[in-house]
Amino acid sequence: AAGEAPAPLRRKHDGGRTPSVTRHDYIYVKCPDVGLFFLAEGNCGFRVCFPPNTICVEKKIKERAPSKVVKTVGGDKNGGTRVVKLRKLPRYYPTEDVSRKLRSHGVKPFSQHRRKLRKSISPGTVLILLTGRHRGKRVVFLKQLGTGLLLVTGPLALNRVPLRRAHQKFCIATSTKVDISGMKVPKTLTDTYFKKKKLRRPKHQEGEIFDTEKEKYQLTEQRKEDQKAVDSQLLPLIKKVPLLKGYLRSTFCLSNGVYPHKLVF
Amino acid sequence: MHQCSSLRFVEIGRVAFIAFGPHEGKLVAIVDVIDQNRALVDGPCTGVKRQGMPFKCLQLTDYVIKVPHSARQKYVRRAWEKAEINKKWEESSWAKKIEARKKRATMSDFDRYKVMKAKKMRNKIIKHELKKLQKAAAQKKA
Repeated sequence: AAGEAPAPLRRKHDGGRTPSVTRHDYIYVKCPDVGLFFLAEGNCGFRVCFPPNTICVEKKIKERAPSKVVKTVGGDKNGGTRVVKLRKLPRYYPTEDVSRKLRSHGVKPFSQHRRKLRKSISPGTVLILLTGRHRGKRVVFLKQLGTGLLLVTGPLALNRVPLRRAHQKFCIATSTKVDISGMKVPKTLTDTYFKKKKLRRPKHQEGEIFDTEKEKYQLTEQRKEDQKAVDSQLLPLIKKVPLLKGYLRSTFCLSNGVYPHKLVF
Repeated sequence: MHQCSSLRFVEIGRVAFIAFGPHEGKLVAIVDVIDQNRALVDGPCTGVKRQGMPFKCLQLTDYVIKVPHSARQKYVRRAWEKAEINKKWEESSWAKKIEARKKRATMSDFDRYKVMKAKKMRNKIIKHELKKLQKAAAQKKA
């Protein structure tokens, strides 16, 4: 009604917890002299007096999403239901609004690191692997992956080295290069493709803590297909160069009178 | 005392090989002796300016050119070209060995593999022929 103050807003207490906000129908008030002004949505706790000639306008409130949910709870003598808040208040308030970071300049996470590649390594270079189960084997470099590791292949038919990742630091780059400019390496060969699968941790039960699943590496059809796709392009290119096939089949070793610092690779 | 007719002497006109220093690997002719340790040396056809050089870094070769002592560069050059020292040097086994050493040092890993394969094949052929000869000799004896 015009000129009348709306009913006083009452504060509702909910058993000592933070008072819930009650929404009133009268949200904003039009006053011809002053203009439009908003009433507090919550509880003022005091009686609001309006200048004469104010028109209280009813406004339709949009339906808010429910803030509470009633869930059933099992068990005996439990009350059967619980009222669960959907949007809970934070359980921790930091003492500073913006935490002060320690001074560190240019410290980036691993994914943003700058990947370098030695100048001597380019697609098609023959590398000598120095570590791992394929140490000493000569292998063809295909491309550098996102994490900086090198994608490398035997080819499998020549020296049993499959499509694999190798670390740049643990390879010797020879000056022998195969021209693989015409070769297409499937785009699906990325770091996630080669990443070691984490075995499912056994639940905290007794019974063979050391009996882990998927201990051994299982060869998948996907890998076989990709290997074939790459090697079928690579092998003819290798066969073109005389003696290169035998070279890739052989392994590198040091012998008497052979000094690595004097060798030209 | 053993008969050594092919001793190499330091003499005027002796062609020497420089073993170390800035002119390593070049040939020069000894034109004069300065004192106990140094010689006046000139290599007009090998790119060595006329200068004094210690004997220590000179290794004597078999070649001698006919040149009077302290002869001027023009005449050293003439004598050198007349004796065709450069050509003789290239054909000598000393120079060939140096060349082979250089090639071996710059061999790549692939080259080493190829050499290994070639040697293996060559030795196989040699052994095969040897065995044949041995067999023939053994049969002849019997």
